[in-house]
Amino acid sequence: MSELSDRIKQVIENEPVALFMKGTPQFVMCGNSGRALEALREAGAPVTTVDILPDPSIRQELQQLSGWPTIPQVFVGGELVGGADITQELAESGELAQLLEQKLGAGYRDGAEEHVVDVVGGTRA
Amino acid sequence: MGAMAVERLESLLRDAFPDAHELRVDDRTGGGDHFQVTVASPRFEGLGLLDQHRLVNEALAEPLRDGTIHELRIKTRGTGT
Repeated sequence: MSELSDRIKQVIENEPVALFMKGTPQFVMCGNSGRALEALREAGAPVTTVDILPDPSIRQELQQLSGWPTIPQVFVGGELVGGADITQELAESGELAQLLEQKLGAGYRDGAEEHVVDVVGGTRA
Repeated sequence: MGAMAVERLESLLRDAFPDAHELRVDDRTGGGDHFQVTVASPRFEGLGLLDQHRLVNEALAEPLRDGTIHELRIKTRGTGT
């Protein structure tokens, strides 16, 4: 398994909520990525984002790992939740908050911070 | 361009969901690459959203791979609701 694939896997497994998106929370480059991010924010989730645009192999490796063909992809507690439509639907029905509470514990909103991981460079900010 | 792509996606979805009560493909921008698909089928009964969307993604695997679909929005429903 490649180093890149390992880093992606680490993000999925170690970050409470991982969002693989086009762009960053500051510079969202795609409407669907923005919808997923907003849905997670509304639910008070501590979001860690990975920008897939800098290197096409990020998207390829991610697809291999998740079996999901499109971007964005949202993971909670290491498990794929879905893309923008599912995340938004779950947020509107209140199920997203339930899922976050179930996976991360009732206090998941407390001090929820946003992080950006660079899986190519291996940095987390 | 757009109409041809819509027809192709519709026919792929019809093959995958022959018993669909509702099946619609909308070209969201008129450019033939941003689509909203809506499918209501008994096949979705008892499945979570993730698995429902997986079935739609599988039906559209080819146009997703070859770049026909630049952006896809999916709305699925069982037939009971």
